[in-house]
Amino acid sequence: MSSRLAKGGRLIDRTTACEFSFNGKRLKGYKGDTLAAALLANDQMLVGRSFKYHRPRGIVGSGAEEPNALVNMGTGGRFEPNQRTTTTELFDGLTSTSQNHWPSLEFDIGVVNNYAARFLPAGFYYKTFIHPRFAWKHVFEPIVRQSAGLGQVPKERDADRYEQAYAFCDLLIVGGGIAGLQAALTAAKAGKRIWLVEQTAHWGGRAVVDGVEIEGQPAEVWVNATLAALSKMENVTIRNRCMAAGSYDHGYVLADEKVADHTPGDGRPRHRLWRIRAGQIVTATGAIERPLSFAGNDIPGVMLAGAVRDYVINFGVAPGDRTVVVTNNDDAYRTAIALKEAGLEVPVILDARANLTGELPAKARAMGIRVEAGKGIAKVKGGKRVTSVAICAQAGQGAVLEEISCDAVAMSGGWSPVVHLWSHCGGKLNWDTAKAHFAPDPARPPLNHDGSALVVTAGSASGHLLADEVLADATRAVGGEGAPSAKVPHEAPIEAVWVMPQGAPVELRAKMWLDYQNDVKVSDVQLAAREGYTSVEHTKRYTTLGMATDQGKLSNINGLAILADSLSTAIPQVGTTTFRPPYTPVTIGALAGEARGEIFQPLRRTPVYDWHMAQNAYMEPVGLWRRPYCYPRAGETHEQAVHREVLNTRTNVGLLDASTLGKIIVKGPDAGKFLDMLYTNVMSNLGIGKCRYGLMCNEQGFLSDDGVVARIDEDTWLCHTTSGGADRIHAWMEDWLQCEWWDWQVYTANVTEQYAQFAVVGPKARKLLEKLGGMDVSKETLPFMQWADGVLGGFRVRAYRISFSGELSYEIAVPASEGRAFWDALVAAGAEFGLMPYGTEGLHIMRAEKGFIMIGDETDGTVIPQDLNLGWAISKKKADYLGKRGQERPYLASPDRWKLVGLETLDGSVIQDGAYAPAPGFNANGQRNTQGRVTSTYYSPTLKRGIAMGLVKGGLSRIGEVIEMTKLDGSTQQVRICDPVFYDKEGEKQNV
Amino acid sequence: MKRYSVFAIAREALRYHQGWDKAWASPAPKSSYDVIIVGAGGHGLATAYYLGKNFGITNVAVIEKGWLGGGNTGRNTTIIRSNYLQDPSAAIYEKARSLYEDLSQDINYNVMFSPRGLLMLAQTHHEVRGYLRTVHANNLQGVKTEWIGPEKVKELVPIINIDGPRYPVLGALYQARGGTARHDAVAWGYARACSAMGMDIIQQCEVTGVRSEGGKVVGVDTTKGYIGTKKLGIVVAGHSGQVADMAGFRLPVEAVALQALVSEPIKPCMDVVVMANTVHGYMSQSDKGEMVIGGGTDGFNNFTQRGSFHHIEETLRALVETFPMISRLKMLRQWGGIVDMTGDRSPIISKTPLGNCFINCGWGTGGFKAIPGSGWAMAELMAKGEPGPLAAEFNMWRFREGQFIDESVAAGVAH
Amino acid sequence: MLILECPYCGVKAEETELTPGYEAHLKRFGPGSSDEDFENYMFARKNPKGVHFERWRHAYGCGKWFLAARCTATLEVFGTYPAQTSEPPAEIVAKIKAKRPDWKGYK
Repeated sequence: MSSRLAKGGRLIDRTTACEFSFNGKRLKGYKGDTLAAALLANDQMLVGRSFKYHRPRGIVGSGAEEPNALVNMGTGGRFEPNQRTTTTELFDGLTSTSQNHWPSLEFDIGVVNNYAARFLPAGFYYKTFIHPRFAWKHVFEPIVRQSAGLGQVPKERDADRYEQAYAFCDLLIVGGGIAGLQAALTAAKAGKRIWLVEQTAHWGGRAVVDGVEIEGQPAEVWVNATLAALSKMENVTIRNRCMAAGSYDHGYVLADEKVADHTPGDGRPRHRLWRIRAGQIVTATGAIERPLSFAGNDIPGVMLAGAVRDYVINFGVAPGDRTVVVTNNDDAYRTAIALKEAGLEVPVILDARANLTGELPAKARAMGIRVEAGKGIAKVKGGKRVTSVAICAQAGQGAVLEEISCDAVAMSGGWSPVVHLWSHCGGKLNWDTAKAHFAPDPARPPLNHDGSALVVTAGSASGHLLADEVLADATRAVGGEGAPSAKVPHEAPIEAVWVMPQGAPVELRAKMWLDYQNDVKVSDVQLAAREGYTSVEHTKRYTTLGMATDQGKLSNINGLAILADSLSTAIPQVGTTTFRPPYTPVTIGALAGEARGEIFQPLRRTPVYDWHMAQNAYMEPVGLWRRPYCYPRAGETHEQAVHREVLNTRTNVGLLDASTLGKIIVKGPDAGKFLDMLYTNVMSNLGIGKCRYGLMCNEQGFLSDDGVVARIDEDTWLCHTTSGGADRIHAWMEDWLQCEWWDWQVYTANVTEQYAQFAVVGPKARKLLEKLGGMDVSKETLPFMQWADGVLGGFRVRAYRISFSGELSYEIAVPASEGRAFWDALVAAGAEFGLMPYGTEGLHIMRAEKGFIMIGDETDGTVIPQDLNLGWAISKKKADYLGKRGQERPYLASPDRWKLVGLETLDGSVIQDGAYAPAPGFNANGQRNTQGRVTSTYYSPTLKRGIAMGLVKGGLSRIGEVIEMTKLDGSTQQVRICDPVFYDKEGEKQNV
Repeated sequence: MKRYSVFAIAREALRYHQGWDKAWASPAPKSSYDVIIVGAGGHGLATAYYLGKNFGITNVAVIEKGWLGGGNTGRNTTIIRSNYLQDPSAAIYEKARSLYEDLSQDINYNVMFSPRGLLMLAQTHHEVRGYLRTVHANNLQGVKTEWIGPEKVKELVPIINIDGPRYPVLGALYQARGGTARHDAVAWGYARACSAMGMDIIQQCEVTGVRSEGGKVVGVDTTKGYIGTKKLGIVVAGHSGQVADMAGFRLPVEAVALQALVSEPIKPCMDVVVMANTVHGYMSQSDKGEMVIGGGTDGFNNFTQRGSFHHIEETLRALVETFPMISRLKMLRQWGGIVDMTGDRSPIISKTPLGNCFINCGWGTGGFKAIPGSGWAMAELMAKGEPGPLAAEFNMWRFREGQFIDESVAAGVAH
Repeated sequence: MLILECPYCGVKAEETELTPGYEAHLKRFGPGSSDEDFENYMFARKNPKGVHFERWRHAYGCGKWFLAARCTATLEVFGTYPAQTSEPPAEIVAKIKAKRPDWKGYK
C-alpha cells in the first residue's frame, strides 16, 4: 500500500492539516502536499480510468507530465474538470471526484472495452461502423461520444475572475531549478532586466530532491541564497506558480500565473495571464523522465522513478511498501537509495544494461540492494494495483526467470529535455544517440525579429543532466563565466531501451502502454506502421498517440522510437511531431480575461447614453456603439413603440441621437481635389455653407459609404459617414493621402466623438428651435441643404438642414461635452410640441418610406451606385475617382444587373425580409433561376401597409409588373414593382 | 484492397492484427503519367479519386511534398455546411455535402460524417436580415436550411447564453444536415481508394519546377526526379502561388495564417456546430470530447503555420461570452494553417494560361467542407478540359470581369 | 505576434497597435488602364515565401502608414521605412542581400 511516512517531507507542514474529499471520502493531508501526494498518503493509488479501454489508472508522475491522475475538482461555479492532481496544491476543503467511469471508479461498466481490446486496435473506427449509413450518426457515434470525453461538464458560470497584464524584459528565464536560478543571477549581475518564472510553488527543481551539493553545501542552501540575492535586485522580477505556456514570434511569451488556485474564493483573481515581451528567452525547463515499455506498465503502482523519490523526499509519502526499480540508466538508483534510506523495501533493481559501472549502482549494492544486470520486466501482474513482477532477460523474448511480489514499480527509461518553448517558433532538434534523447540544436534556433536566436537553452533543457554540467551550461547560456561547482557521482551511459524485453512477442507488445490516457500501445504504433501510416504525424493521428491532455510528454519519444524500429529506420529520420502551445493546458477563462458581460468588447457611448438607458430604451449594437432601437413605453411592444415614434415624428416632432454618425474634417489646399477622388460626384465646387450628398466606392467600384458633405470654408470640408463607417473611412482617407497622393496638401481629422449631433425632425421642428431661440432657422436664412453656425438656447451649435426622413429636419451638432445638456434642453422645450425621441428602427422606416438607400441594406459589397439609380451622383466629367476603373469592368457595366425598385404586395402585407424573386426555370446546377430580391421591407405606419425596396432585373422599366417573391414556408406571394419613393415624392415636406 | 468491416476486424483480432494491408502503396514515381496532381491533401486526392471513378482515368500520380493530408486537411475544424448565399457557392458546397453523406460507404472508410446540425447565430438585426436572405436563397438553391428563433437555439444548445448583455441571440440560420467529419479520415480514405484503383501516391516528393513546351506542361521536376505528364493539376492550397510561379503564371491569391484550438476533452455537452460571426467564434465538440474552436486569420502574408495569439484571445472572449461554461475548461492545443485567400474569398477551379494545366485553390478558410465537391468538379474540368457547371463560375479570370462570388455579404468572415 | 518599429515615432509597436495593409509599392492603375494591368493591380498581389514588402499603419499610435521588409517564412524583419517612396531604400535592400544571398532583389 501507499502511505505517509513517519518522518520526512521537505515541502509539507505536518502541523497544518488539510481536510479534502475524493469521491465523497473525507481524507486528510498536509499543507504543502499536492493532491496526488495526499491521495497516495491515503492509499488512493487508483484515481481514474483511461480514455478508450477504461482501464484502471493510477498516479504515474509528480508534475506537469502526469497523464493519468486527472480529477473533477470543486463544485458549482468553481467546478473544473481534468485537473492534474500532481500539480494541484492541496487546500482545506478541496473536493475532487474521479473521471471517465460509470457507475463508479472501482466498478466501471466501460471496462468491457478492455476485454474487447483486441477488437478495438488503433483506428478500428475507420474500418467499421460504415454500414448502414444512418447508423454512424444515430447509433455508433452517440456510444463513442458517451464513452469518450474525460471530465464532467461545468454547469455554472465561472465564479472566479481572471486578470491580464503585460511585462517587458531583456531576458525571460523559464524554470526555477538550479539552471534557471544560475542563469538569472548571472544575467542580472550583468545588468539585464530579468523575469524568472517557475511553474510550481517551489524553487530548485530536481537538484534539491536528488541530493546535489553546490559549493560544498546541499543544493537547497545555494538555492535559497540565490533566490534571496535575486529578490533584492531591482532589475529582477520573480514569479512562482507561473507557467510559461507558449513562446510566439518576436519574443512574445504567454505565462499563466496561478494566483489563487490554492486559495479559492479569497478575493484575488484566480489566474493572472502575463503577456511578456522578452528580448530573448532562456529555457531552463529541465527534463522529463520516460517510462519503459513492458507488459502491464500501466497498472496502478507503476510509476516514474523520479516521481517515486519526489513523493518520498518532498512529501514524506511512500508510494509502495515494496518497490521494484527497473531502469536503463544510473539515475533511477537514486530512487532505490532514497526508498531504502526511508526504510522501505526495494526487493530488486532490474537494469537492462549488462555492465553496471557507475557509482550509484555500486552504492546501491553497498546498501544491500539486490541489483540484476541485463534484466527487465516480462510482465507486471495486478489489476487495480501492482501485485508482482515477472523478471526476464532483457535480451530475450520474455521467458520468466522469477516472480517477485511488490506493490509498486519505479521505472526509468531515461530523461528527455523539455523542448516545447524552444520548438514553438520553429527551433530544431538533434538526436543525441549517446543520451538517447532529442535536444535543441543551438545552430538552428527559432529566430527573433532581427534574425538572432529567440531562445537559448540552459541546463537539462539543453540535454545536460548532471548538476555540474547544468550550472556550467546555464552560465554559458547567458554569456557568463565561472559557474559554481557541483559535486555529482559519476554516471555510466544510458542504453536506449524501447521495448522490454527486446524480443517481446506480440502478446506482450499488446500490453505495453505508450500513451496511458489515450490507451495507445506498442502494438498500435506497429500496426500503424504496418498499414502505411508511416509519417510520424500519420502515426500520431491514426493511433492518437500523444494527443491526450498531457500532449505526449511521456509517450512521444517512446512512440517514435517504436515507429522508427518498425520502419527499420533511425529515430532522427522519423522526426518528432510539431510542438504546439500551450506547454500544459491553460484555463480558457484566463485567456478571455476580464472581458466579460458588459465589457466583453469596448463599449462606445454617446453623450446621451445614460438618458437612453434611463428611458429603458431597447438598445441595439451598431459596431461597438449601442444605440436606441426604440423607446417602448409601459405595455408597448417594440413594434408598437416604433410605429408611435414614426407617426409622431411625421405629425409633431421627433428627436434622434445621431451622434454616432461619422464626422471627418478634410482640410488643406488640395482638399477639394482629394474629395473629388474619394467621392463619385464633385465636391470641390460645393459652395461654402452648402451641403451635398455623396457616395464613396472602393476601387472595385462597389458602394462602400455615403453621407452628406458640408463645405465649411475655402479649404475645409466636413464629411459625414455612416455610423459604422467612420473609422474605416478615415483610415481609407489616410491610406490614400499617405501612400498614394503623399504630395497633396490635405489633413484629415476624425471628430466623430468630439460632437454630439441630434436630428430634430418633423413639421414642428422649426417651432421647437425657435422656442429655444438664438440663430435664425427660417427657410430663407437656412434653406434645405445648407448649414450655419449659431446659438440655440444658449448653446453654440452648428445646424445642418439635411433630412433622412423626408420631413423638415435639422441636424444640430454641439461639442460633445455639452451634448447631454443640449439634449435635455430640446426635450424640455419640445414637450409642448409633442416631442418624442425615436430610435434606429424608426429612422430606418422613415428613410424607406422616402426611398432613401441605406448602406448595408441596399448595399452588400456587390452593389454599385448605378444599381441604385444613383447615376446622378456620379460625375461624368471627372477623369478619375476611386471606383471608376472598377465600374468599367464588363460585369459591372452590364445592362442585366439588378436595379433598385420599390415593391409592394397586392394585399398590403409586408414582404418577408430577405425574400427572393424566382424566375422561370433552373440553372445548370439545378438551382431555381432568380430575377431579384428584397433589400428593405417594413410595415409603413404612415401608409398603413407594407412597403419595400429591392433589386430587380430590368429595374424601373418594369414598374407596374407583378412578380413572385418567396416566403419562408416555401410558398410565394405576388408583389408589384413600383417607384421606390412611397412618401412625399415631390419633397414638399422636407423643403419648407 | 481488403474491404474494411466489422468482420474483417474480428478476423484480424484473432491474429493480433498482423494481417492488415497497407492502406495505400508508396511506390517510386513512374517516368510519366496521364495526369499528375500536385498536392495530396483532401482536394487533390478527391480530384484523383473522381478522375478514376467518374472518368476511368487511373494512370494518375498524386505527389506530395510532405505527408498526405498534412496541410489544411489535417488542421481545420472539420465543419461541413452548404448554407451559402451565392448560387455557385451553394451549388458546389451542397454537392460536397451530399457526397459526404455517402462517402464512408463509397470509399469503404469511415470518415465519420456526422450531420449533427449547424447553427449560425444572428446577434444583430442586420445579421438577422442577412441570414433570412440566405434561407430564402437556399430554398431556391435546393439547400435545406431554416430560420429558428432564440428559444429553439437554446433547446438545441443548452449550454448557450442567449441573453448576453452585448449581443443577445436573436435567432439562427439552421442547417440540420450540416455537421462535421473526421478530417484525417477523409484524406486517408480517398488515398486508400485511389491506391486501390492503381494510382500512385508519392509522398515526400516536392515539386521544384514545372516544364512546359509550346504553352503546354510536359512534366514536373521533383525531389524524386523528373516526371512527365499529359495533364497537370495544381491543388496545393497555401502554396498555390509558389507552384503557379514555377508554371509561369501569377495567381490572385495571398497566403495568411488561420488558427484553431481545442480544449481538453469533456463528456458530451453540445450536439451541434455553432458559429457566431458577429463576435467571431465558432465551436463544436469532437467525438473525443474536445471543444473544437476556430479563430481568425492574420492580416499579413505568412507561411509559418503559426498565427498571432491575440486572435485566439479574441475568439475565446467571444466564446466565453456565448458559452459561459467553457471558462473553466482548458485550452489543450492551438495551431495554425496557411490558407490562400482570393479577392472575393471564393475558390478558383480553373483552366490556366497553360493549356493542359489546371488549378484548384483559394478555398481560404473554408475548404474542408468542399473536398468531395471540389474533387468532383476538378476531375470533370481535368478530364474534359472544360469546366462543368459546378466549376464554371470559379474561373480565375472572374476578377478581371468583376464577376465576384462574394459570400462575405451575408456570411460574415468565417467559413 | 510581430513587433515592427514605426519609422515615424520610433516606437517598437506590437502587432495589436498596427493595422496591416498587404503589398507595398503598388502602382495604381485607374481609368484608361488595360484590363490586365487593372486586374494585376487589384488582385494579383505579390505573395512570396520569403522577402516581402508590405504596408502597415501605426493605427493605435501616430496614425502613420509605413512600409516593412519582412520574411514571410521566418517572420524576420529587415527594416521599416516611411511609405512615401516608390521602392525600398538602398540600405534595406543591401541588408536583405547580405542576409539572404539567394534573394533575387526587389521587383
